[in-house]
Amino acid sequence: MDGGELQVFFQLVLSGLIVGSIYGLVALGFVLIYKATNVVNFAQGELMMLGAYFCYYLVSTYHIPFVPAFLITLVFSSLLGILIEMAILRPLVGEPVFSVIMVTVGLSTLLRSLVGLIWGHDQYVFPSPFSSKAYHFLDLVILPVELTTIAAALGLFFMCYLFFKYNKVGLAMRATAFNQKYAFLMGISVRKIFSLSWVMASVVASIGGILFASISNLDTNMSLIGLKVFPAVVLGGIDSIGGAILGGLIVGLVENLAGGYLSQAFGSGIKELSTFFVLLLALMIRPYGLFGKKEIIRV
Amino acid sequence: MGSGQFKTNYRDDIKIFQTCFIKFWLCVLALCLLVFPFLVEQYFLYIANLCGIAVIGALGLNILAGYTGQISLGHSAFIAIGAYTSTILSVKWGFPFWLAFPIAGIVSAICGLIIAIPCLRLRGLYLAIATFAFYYIVEYVIIHWNGLTNGTGGMSVPEASFFGFAFDSDRKIYFLILFLVVCTTAFARNLFRTEAGRAFIAVRDYDIAAEVIGVDVVKTKILSFMVCSFYAGIAGCLYAVTLSFIGPEYFTFLMTIEYLAMCLVGGVGTIVGTIFGAIFITMLPEGIRLLRDALSQDFPFLVTRMADLQGSFYGLVIILFLIFEPTGLFGLWVRFKNYWKNWPYTY
Repeated sequence: MDGGELQVFFQLVLSGLIVGSIYGLVALGFVLIYKATNVVNFAQGELMMLGAYFCYYLVSTYHIPFVPAFLITLVFSSLLGILIEMAILRPLVGEPVFSVIMVTVGLSTLLRSLVGLIWGHDQYVFPSPFSSKAYHFLDLVILPVELTTIAAALGLFFMCYLFFKYNKVGLAMRATAFNQKYAFLMGISVRKIFSLSWVMASVVASIGGILFASISNLDTNMSLIGLKVFPAVVLGGIDSIGGAILGGLIVGLVENLAGGYLSQAFGSGIKELSTFFVLLLALMIRPYGLFGKKEIIRV
Repeated sequence: MGSGQFKTNYRDDIKIFQTCFIKFWLCVLALCLLVFPFLVEQYFLYIANLCGIAVIGALGLNILAGYTGQISLGHSAFIAIGAYTSTILSVKWGFPFWLAFPIAGIVSAICGLIIAIPCLRLRGLYLAIATFAFYYIVEYVIIHWNGLTNGTGGMSVPEASFFGFAFDSDRKIYFLILFLVVCTTAFARNLFRTEAGRAFIAVRDYDIAAEVIGVDVVKTKILSFMVCSFYAGIAGCLYAVTLSFIGPEYFTFLMTIEYLAMCLVGGVGTIVGTIFGAIFITMLPEGIRLLRDALSQDFPFLVTRMADLQGSFYGLVIILFLIFEPTGLFGLWVRFKNYWKNWPYTY
C-alpha cells in the first residue's frame, strides 16, 4: 500500500467509526429497553427519525434556535417514550414473545408511515449548529459535527455505565432486569422502571437522530438505520451496554470498508448487505454475542 | 333436541365437518363463490384474486408462525422467490405453466430449508432477526443479478396456460386460484390431524416438552419452514400471473408486515381465522382508498401518500388487535356464534 491508499483506508476507518457511533447510540437505546423490560424494540430507528424530524420542525417552522429546540425535542421524546410504554407495551406484559415483537413491528410501521404522511419523502437540509470548517489531522479530514458524534456516543456510554454502577435508580433497573418479581418484592416500582427505560431509550435515539441528520440529510430513509441495530446488538451481546457501542462501531467499520473496497466488484448494495452477513455469521458462530449472557437454549 | 353438540369419541372431535349445518353452509358458500365471477365487474374479480393469493400465502405463514411458533420476517422473500422462479423458468427456458408452478413452490421450499438450518439453534427474537437478514439478502440478489432477474427493470410474466387452455382473463385466473385455495386450505386443515401437524403444535407450546415426548424438534422445524415457504412460493407464482408484471418493488418489507397482520388479525393458529384475516387485510387498501378520496378535499396532500396511509393503517390494526383482541377476528366470530346459538339466554 502506498501513502494514498493508506490514507483512503484510514479515512474509511474514520468515517466508519463516525457512523458506527451513531449505530452504537441507537443500539444503546435498544439494549436499555431489552435489559429492563425484555422487550425487543423494532421501532428504535423510527424513534430516532421522529426525534430528528421534530427538532427540524421546531427550528424550521417556529424559528427556535437550535439549543432550545434540541432540549424541547428531548422532552418530547421522553413523553413519547412514556406514552408508548403505557399505551402499547403495558397491556402486553406477560403475553408471548411473538405478540410483543409484533406490536413493536406494528409500531415501527405506524411511526414510519406517520412521518411520511406528515413530512413527505423529500430530503431536507438539517439546520446544523456546527461549523462546517473541517479539522485536518495527519491528512485525515474530520468535521466538528463528526467529532461531536463520537464524543456523544462515548459520553453517553460512560454516563450509562456510571448510572448503572452507582446510581440507586440504575441499580433498581438492573435488579428489575435480573428478576422482576424479586425487584418488586424489594419495593422497586417496576412500572416506573419500565417507563424510565423507554424514556432513556427514546432520548438516546433522538440524540442519535439529530446527530445523524446533522452529518448527512434528513429524509425518511433514516429509519433504515434502525435495521443496523440488529447486527450491532447481536454482535455485541443483546444485554450488554458496552457491547452495543462496540457492536455499532464494528458494524459501521465493516459497512464502510465493504462499501469502499467491494462495491466495484459486487455493486453498490454490498455496503448495506455486508452488515447482514456479519449478523448471520454472528448468529451462527456466537449467538449470544461478544459480551452477552450465554442463556440461549439449544433445542 | 340436545342442548348442544356433545362428542362421545375422539374421532368425532377431529372431524373436519363437524355438523350437517356446517356442511350445508359450506355448500352455499361454494355455490356463491362459483357464481360470483359472473356477477361482478372485472376490478372486483382482480381484488378477489388478490384475496385468494393472500389466503394461500397467509396460510403458509400461519403454519409456521401460528402453529409452530417460529417468527418469520422474511415471508415476502419467499413469495418473491416463487414469483421469480416461475417467471424466469417460463421466460428463459420456456417451461410450461403446469411445470413451472410446482417448481416455484419447490424452489421456495428448498430456500426455506436453507434458511431453516442456521435458524434451528435460534428462537424468538434471534429467529426474527435472521429471517429479516434473509429478506435483505434476497432483495439484494433480485436487484443486482441483472442477467437473471432484470434488476429493478422488472419482468413481464407470460400468460399461464394449461395444456393449451390459456388463463387469459381475470375470470379464468379466478377459478384457478379458487381451486388452489380450496386445495391448500384442505391440506392445511388436514395437516393438523396428522402426526406431523400435531408435532408442530407441540413444538410451539413447549419445545423441550415436545422433545421429551419423542418429537424430533429439528425435523419438525425444518418441515414447518418448508411447508411455509412452499405455500409462499405458489402464492408468489400466482401473484406473478395475476399482476402479469413483477419487479423488486412488489416484494417489499411492507408485504411481510401485511402477511403478519393477516395472521394476527385473523387469529394466530387458526385456519378459518387466516382466511378472514387475509380477506380483511386485502380489502383494507380499498377501504383506505375510499377514505382518502373522501378526505382529499380537505387534505390534498393525502393523494400522493397512499403508501404511508396504508402503512399507518397496517401498523394501527396490528397494535389494536394485539392489545384489544388477541384472538383476532376468529375469536370475535366464535363469540358472535356462541351468542346467537344460545340466544336469548346469555349462558
